[in-house]
Amino acid sequence: MIDTIIQGLLLGGLYCQFALGLSLMFGVMRLTNIGHGDLIIFGSFMAIAIAPLLGMNILMVALVLLPLAYVVGYLVQRTMLNQTLGKDPLPSLVVTFGFSIVIQNTLLQIFSADPLSLDAGGINVASIQLSQDVAVGVLPLIIFAVAAASTFGMQLLFNKTSLGRAFRAVSDDREVAELMGLNSSHIYAIATGIAFVLIALAGLFQGMRTTVSAADGPMLLLFAFESVIIGGMGSFWGTFVGAMVLGLSQQLGFKFDSSWGIWFGHIVFLAVLIVRPNGLFPKTKGC
Amino acid sequence: MSVNVSVIRITRASKASISLGVALCLVAITLPFWGESSWMREFVEIACYFIFAMMWNLLAGFGGMVSVGQQAFFGLGAYALLVMGNFLGINPFLSIPIAGVLAALISLPVSKIAFRLQGGYFSIGTWVIAEVFRLSIANLSAVGGGSGTSLTALRGMDRTFRENTTYWVALACVIMTIVLIYFFLRSKQGLALLAIRDSEVAAESQGIAVQRMKLAVYVVAAFGCGIAGALYLVTNLRISPDAAFGVNWTAFAIFIVMIGGIGRIEGPLFGAIIFWGLNKFLSDYGTWYLLGLGVLAIVMMLFFREGAWGFFTRKTGLEVLSIQRRLQR
Repeated sequence: MIDTIIQGLLLGGLYCQFALGLSLMFGVMRLTNIGHGDLIIFGSFMAIAIAPLLGMNILMVALVLLPLAYVVGYLVQRTMLNQTLGKDPLPSLVVTFGFSIVIQNTLLQIFSADPLSLDAGGINVASIQLSQDVAVGVLPLIIFAVAAASTFGMQLLFNKTSLGRAFRAVSDDREVAELMGLNSSHIYAIATGIAFVLIALAGLFQGMRTTVSAADGPMLLLFAFESVIIGGMGSFWGTFVGAMVLGLSQQLGFKFDSSWGIWFGHIVFLAVLIVRPNGLFPKTKGC
Repeated sequence: MSVNVSVIRITRASKASISLGVALCLVAITLPFWGESSWMREFVEIACYFIFAMMWNLLAGFGGMVSVGQQAFFGLGAYALLVMGNFLGINPFLSIPIAGVLAALISLPVSKIAFRLQGGYFSIGTWVIAEVFRLSIANLSAVGGGSGTSLTALRGMDRTFRENTTYWVALACVIMTIVLIYFFLRSKQGLALLAIRDSEVAAESQGIAVQRMKLAVYVVAAFGCGIAGALYLVTNLRISPDAAFGVNWTAFAIFIVMIGGIGRIEGPLFGAIIFWGLNKFLSDYGTWYLLGLGVLAIVMMLFFREGAWGFFTRKTGLEVLSIQRRLQR
């Protein structure tokens, strides 16, 4: 039982890393990125593709991948997504849904449908024996720590820095923020740039932890989304807790019967939606 | 000051095109007597896509609800038909409307959950719900579990008879979908829906029951998607959770609606014809084809929001199925 809880929380750490980028983009510009999960998988494949060029050094891969992700995110927002923002959610949904299809089929074309994984040089199989029958993997622990640090960092960025103030300002009222001299297109692009860094990090972890294949994206999107909603919109720690709840639910479901794990996670999500429509820790209401 | 105006609800162009449409339908009804059976199969398949796209257009283009989870009701329609045919011995052709009604009934409690989310989160929320149905049915061994099963109820039926009946039923579904949505949007309720699409707050302030209206649209869309799913099983004779509840249905619906023009009745009709053409000649290119569809949907959304049909209407001033009210002195 303790083992299940620990594994569930560690799984939650990964889901938190999945969810932060989605939470950030929605929080700053009310943009729901349907291609979110596919971008994570894209990140995994990019890491797998460049790792051999960098001598399989994961840190080097991260150093190359993350800045690149920021630039790509900035440009995608500036050139395409900014035009879709507005009161009507339809344009951004259709465009990001289009991203999802384009990414999936591009990956399918280049890497075929076979699952691949990123060779993490042994840390993916290393584990620490806590007691007679409880062991935790080193990699899941690292992922959990990074996810917690990312959450902390995002909350700090939002609450304590001038960039965070700008994020909150354009989120609250874009027009007034522009009157105060903020360039909202630029601010939005920075937010998406940071979101893409979080996404690339999530992709890196997913590629190391398990195998990835081109069609995995939608499932990851749903996990990220459920974490955000369970936790309550507008708070990164809420997302963190939401991810823990989802990870635990799935792990409990898996323990009961391996084919019902993901199903049980979905059910817990729907139950939270019925009982507490604004999530467990809502900061902002509605959307 | 009083001005005498009359409300023009139907233009000469739309009268002409409706006559043309009726003539086309009459020709289409006789197809089994002179056409090839492969044409009929193709028609039935595209009919499923068309009805589904029509429902997505109703939801997203008129109701302002961008659902990515309508495949839930498509799959439920298909599986309802399967259960009625294989276990209860009901004639599959007769149970197509029942399957639609069942999907609509299930959409009532589902809406209670889905409507708790708005905008983009509504989209993904509906997707989660569709996944719950997919995973639930994949774990039910009685209906074949994850690998699916075949519709056995039509076994022993004469093949020509089966194909012809399927074709006629599909044709009837397509015509009824167009006619019902046309009259619905021209009715008082349709006007209310257009008002909600333009501004929810203003519509509510004019006394329109926004939530009830949205629910009605959601239930009607579930009914239509259920019919499309049931039709798919009757022609395909085999169903699996991945095929029935696949998000691809929504992907193709979005494509059909975007290319034809969202928020117009003619949009999905025109889009489905284009989609049929692309599918016929390019689907052999597999991933490249799908990639192209994705790019096309993005480009249409960013640069040609009115769609092919909107472009045509703007250039020619012709409206085939007009739902506008024009004022004339």
